[in-house]
Amino acid sequence: MASGGDRVNIDPRASDAADGRPDHGDRSGGPARAGGRARPGAAGAPDRPGLSVDVSLSFGETRIAAAFEVQPGFPLAIIGPNGAGKSSLLSAIAGLVPLDSGEIAIGSRRVDGLPSEQRRVGMVFQDYVLFPHLNVRDNVAFAARMRGSRAAARAAAQPWLERYDLVALADRLPSELSGGQRQRAALARALAAEPDVLLLDEPMSALDVEVRAEMRAELATHVRDFGGATVLVTHSPADAARLADSVLVLEHGRVTQRGTLEAIRADPATPYVRRLLAASDD
Amino acid sequence: MARAAARSTGRLAWPVTAIAVVALAVLVLPLVALVVRAPWADLPELLASSAVLDALVLSFTTAIVATAICLVLGIPLAALIAHAEAWPTVPRRLLRAAVTVPLVLPPVVGGIALLMLLGRRGLIGHWLDETFGITIPFTTGAVVIAQVFVALPFLVFAVEGALRSSDRRTELAAATLGASRWQVFRHVTLPLVAPGVAAGGVLCFTRALGEFGATITFAGSLPGTTRTLPIASYLAMQTDPDEAVALALLLLAVSVLVLLTLRDRWLPGATA
Amino acid sequence: MTRTPRTTLRAATGLAAAALVALALAGCATSGGDEDPNASTPPTESTVNLEAAEVTVLAAASLTEAFDDLATQFEAANPSVEITVSYGGSGALATQIIEGAPADVFASAAEAPMQQVVDAGLATDPVVFATNTLELVVPAGNPAGVTGLDDLANPDLRIALCDESVPCGAASAKLLANEGITPAPDTLESDVKAVLTKVSLGEVDAALVYRTDVQAAGDDVEGIKVPAAADVVNRYPIAAITDPSSDASDAQIAAAAAFVAFVTGDAGRETLDAYGFGTP
Repeated sequence: MASGGDRVNIDPRASDAADGRPDHGDRSGGPARAGGRARPGAAGAPDRPGLSVDVSLSFGETRIAAAFEVQPGFPLAIIGPNGAGKSSLLSAIAGLVPLDSGEIAIGSRRVDGLPSEQRRVGMVFQDYVLFPHLNVRDNVAFAARMRGSRAAARAAAQPWLERYDLVALADRLPSELSGGQRQRAALARALAAEPDVLLLDEPMSALDVEVRAEMRAELATHVRDFGGATVLVTHSPADAARLADSVLVLEHGRVTQRGTLEAIRADPATPYVRRLLAASDD
Repeated sequence: MARAAARSTGRLAWPVTAIAVVALAVLVLPLVALVVRAPWADLPELLASSAVLDALVLSFTTAIVATAICLVLGIPLAALIAHAEAWPTVPRRLLRAAVTVPLVLPPVVGGIALLMLLGRRGLIGHWLDETFGITIPFTTGAVVIAQVFVALPFLVFAVEGALRSSDRRTELAAATLGASRWQVFRHVTLPLVAPGVAAGGVLCFTRALGEFGATITFAGSLPGTTRTLPIASYLAMQTDPDEAVALALLLLAVSVLVLLTLRDRWLPGATA
Repeated sequence: MTRTPRTTLRAATGLAAAALVALALAGCATSGGDEDPNASTPPTESTVNLEAAEVTVLAAASLTEAFDDLATQFEAANPSVEITVSYGGSGALATQIIEGAPADVFASAAEAPMQQVVDAGLATDPVVFATNTLELVVPAGNPAGVTGLDDLANPDLRIALCDESVPCGAASAKLLANEGITPAPDTLESDVKAVLTKVSLGEVDAALVYRTDVQAAGDDVEGIKVPAAADVVNRYPIAAITDPSSDASDAQIAAAAAFVAFVTGDAGRETLDAYGFGTP
């Protein structure tokens, strides 16, 4: 019921992992992560849980229904026109908007009954929503601060600041950062909480066009390093191509197509998808 | 240069400027008159009298306590009103009206209402009197209650305005990072509205300091116990206008001083 | 360079226009208040053929009921005159008059505030038109069992008195001093009506007010006569305000004088009697 339009239902795991992954041209790593720094958390650990979603919810007048699974290390991009309910769906997974019905599970753990703070779902918001009254260090330390002292939280934040190249910016307020720096800080803040699932809401939309390609490549590396189940909302096929293994198209609250970008490109199911893929991206 | 000058002076139509000047005069001239007419030579003597000092100490103590109570009660109420945005229309409007009415009510009416509630024959007051032998009117506590009643809405609306203009998604972001509702309030909401809280606290304090009508009606007027500066000033007007002007000047100076010091302190970026 | 003078000129024109409008409005208000001069008026002793005028009377708070009544009577007798009475503490009213508040008649509850006005050159030859004495007042039923002035010294009772800065307070202090009583008040109010209100509401157990106030308050309160109060008599003077710099019209001055004559005459005497005031 919840999942509309099961046209091409592929499990990214079923396909060849190497083919399913985005093109990792920068696999050797940018300068920021050369030298084999210690990775905070269990990045890329094989025992990361997957995400399973089968929900319906309301967004204004729109009823949203979707069902999908995301395996760790195989990011899913939800793509669709404005007002399709993409961000609401993401917020529902994070526990920020209520469900009408359905289930959300992370591994074997049902989370739909849990408040947001107990779900272990990290979220990078559209335009990042850093805490404006805290500097970068305290933003990244926020999750640890909720569990312990300020000193302990700052100490715990240090490897994340190093990992995301934020040490030089640690004492700055978010208002003093560029768009790309904000994105890094928001990602570090979310991942420092060591979530099981990472959600990215239009991560590139707040960036200037000139830096998008570069930031997209950087983000792809971070997402891969995270290694857990990742869901990305975007309206850009370029983002989907670069950051995700498979794509789910959401139109007016219904899933109209799913599969790899290549498969969708080969056989667009709706006029929207056709127009989207025909338009030049960025 | 010339272009910039033309833009800054030439855009406002002259009637607007003229009326603005009149408005400014309405606000400023009475205070100028107060300063000009003040008995400067006798001022130290007038202000050093024990009656004035009693009133000054009482006014400050009660206004500080009232402000503290307003902060404790008002911030959660402001948060509730901000959250009531999602409520149905009727309860939402009722909630807002409940906070607005004391703001627009003549303070004397507030004083009468407080008597009806907490007076010896009041709804709660008669029970307090019969059960515990506590009577509230004519006590310093009554002064504080009257001040809280009139000053609380100022704080609530200042904080609510700050809450409204702050990005609510920061609270959601905090929740995804493991913050409980209380932690969200403590670590995100409260610091974000701190400037609003400070501004509201200043308004609240100066309003409490100047409170007259509700106080004299509910708390009465006894030197050292309930006779605050504004009441002392009003009574002095009956016999010694010079003393009244001196007291008024003192109130004015205190209000201006409080506004200036706290403003600088809380100016954005000033503490960074 | 040309902007400044032109702006000034325009502003001046605007202000002049505003002033004209204000004058026109004032004219309307005056003519609007004009009553039909041919209306039949009951002939009374005080009826002089007065021209249309608005008279502002500032009167002590203790005169509230009596002067409301007197104003109504006077207006009935002189339909062309409109009386506006404003009540307050006598001292505050005197200050207002000296500071230039518009007033045509001042009725004070004591002679000192009137003397301030006379000293300021704003009134001449005040006439004492009434007297008043103090009375103990308690809430209906006398819940605290108050019997006499001595009870005012009882710290366990809630006591309200007038502040010494107002006439009823000065009189109260004098009376208590005469009797050698040190009162234990819980509040010193700024006027006698405020004291009375606290008694009617039952917030205080006893208070000292004028006997006219006890009478006016009706069933909410009970008066307890105090023999010693006869020695402390408040004398109420009245006078027309004669501000040489005032722009009061002749009609207004005549009407003010007529109102003073009315209050001090037989009709006024009768009414004041009915409200419990004594004859000077």
